[in-house]
Amino acid sequence: MTIKGKVHKYGADVNTDVIIPARYLSLSEPADLARHCMEDIDAEFVKKVKPGDIIVATSNFGCGSSREHAPMAIKGAGVSCIIAKSFARIFYRNSMNIGLPILESEEAVERTQDGDTLEVDLATGKIKNLTRDLTFQAKPYPKFMLELISAGGLIEHTRQRLASKGA
Amino acid sequence: MTIVEKILAAHAGKKKVVPGDLINVRVDLVLSNDITAPIAIREFRRTGVKKVFDPAKVVMVPDHFVPNKDIMAAEQAKLMREFALEQRILYFEVGQMGIEHVLLPEQGLVLPGEVVIGADSHTCTYGALSAFSTGMGSTDIAAAMATGDIWMKVPPTIRFVYKGNLRDWVGGKDLILATIGRIGVDGALYSAMEFTGEAIDALPMDGRFTMANMAIEAGAKAGIFHFDKKTLAYVQTRSKRPYQVYESDPNAEYAQTIEFDASGIEPQVAFPHLPSNVRPISKVGNVRIDQSVIGSCTNGRMDDLLVAAEILRGRKVDPHVRCIVIPGTQQVYLEALSRGLIETFVQAGVAVSTPTCGPCLGGYMGVLAAGERSISTTNRNFVGRMGSPKSEVYLAGPAVAAASAILGRIAGPQEL
Repeated sequence: MTIKGKVHKYGADVNTDVIIPARYLSLSEPADLARHCMEDIDAEFVKKVKPGDIIVATSNFGCGSSREHAPMAIKGAGVSCIIAKSFARIFYRNSMNIGLPILESEEAVERTQDGDTLEVDLATGKIKNLTRDLTFQAKPYPKFMLELISAGGLIEHTRQRLASKGA
Repeated sequence: MTIVEKILAAHAGKKKVVPGDLINVRVDLVLSNDITAPIAIREFRRTGVKKVFDPAKVVMVPDHFVPNKDIMAAEQAKLMREFALEQRILYFEVGQMGIEHVLLPEQGLVLPGEVVIGADSHTCTYGALSAFSTGMGSTDIAAAMATGDIWMKVPPTIRFVYKGNLRDWVGGKDLILATIGRIGVDGALYSAMEFTGEAIDALPMDGRFTMANMAIEAGAKAGIFHFDKKTLAYVQTRSKRPYQVYESDPNAEYAQTIEFDASGIEPQVAFPHLPSNVRPISKVGNVRIDQSVIGSCTNGRMDDLLVAAEILRGRKVDPHVRCIVIPGTQQVYLEALSRGLIETFVQAGVAVSTPTCGPCLGGYMGVLAAGERSISTTNRNFVGRMGSPKSEVYLAGPAVAAASAILGRIAGPQEL
């Protein structure tokens, strides 16, 4: 699957409180959460984000709370993929579980600027910066992650597991 | 193997695991709260499973926006209550509930050697009991409620050694803030933090809960302590089932060992907007405050309230400061009441609240306006954490939070 989108670039330690502040945690639908996505770090984000856009950030993206509302808000806002140097571990799990692709690549992050257009091949982890004519290779997913992705998320994966157990 | 590796191996039915292994782990307790449970319940329904794997091993605690802060919070709490009743799982209603990470150990629901996962990032608190516990999201919790197990990557362990004795007014909060200040908010990313050394041996259980609680603020998967006489004293009156103690082997492999001279650590304050932005109290300067919060899953236990009461006794909170004390559970509240602490707080001009996470995450019961500053014994000081994105949160232990409430600026008790 190939994704193409414009980059919204952020720095280090983008935490779940700024991705979706706790004042909106009484919401649980992606579309409702999306209206407040990134509100406390970039109030303009929801106005400028377009379906398919890509978030690029430096290290420790998604640190803080376990709130799944954070990747749900980002996915709900239409973001197709997040590329960072590193992710906080709960955010990483949450994103994979709900089917929001996330990729790790130091080089891609360093050589990509806000507003660039990227093309990402999720199957191979190849990232092309179309604005600068550069190509990068993201860290490959472990085998289990590929299973999770191909199942369509953790719940579908669990359903399949339970079905094969029962069979 | 380390304690963490041994616990995970035992729960995966393996003789040995090494860091990086992807394993399927049997869980002893699955936790969620009024914010994370509604999504977990929705996802649980999608698995097609009708009953949770074991109602005695699934617990839901309403604590974040409860007692209900508004209609939407009430709806979430209601959804969770109805599910808890339907599934006959462990559930604590307002009046019995407390802040989940103070409550579960106190109720003997987490024991040494166990694996606990919770849809709350501070689930890592139970490492104080020599259990492996870690935070996850709602979907992970939904899957575990259905199956009783969860996938995990075995983390490398970083050993932290605290030598020497603690100074006056220095506690678990100061040790963990100093640690995060040194290694950074991703300094232990994906790793387990094992806390050892003579300062740790001397640290009471409540201080250990505080340290394990904030392992996540260094990016860690878990924080863990060795089982000793203090752990035994804590669990023996509470445990209602057998448990297994695990010890790190003398030749266990650590990713890294980091040493601290505990005797050189002053009370610490984390400045906005990261828990790693730490300064010793002597280098804080003149920072006026509008609010002081003493409580939370980090510092809402009896020892924390005792420290705060010792400082507030016979003194008055600065008239320009709102000081809010929140006992972590009903049991802590009751003990504080019977030992006269609540009277001390009220006479000092403190607002005492029923247990809730409320102000820590800017939910209610102490939300900040633009331009306001709070000193707080909570665990995060991110932008907007306690309210307005233009407010500021400074993290500290209960001694500094109480002294600051009296002086109207961030200060240690030695200034009183």
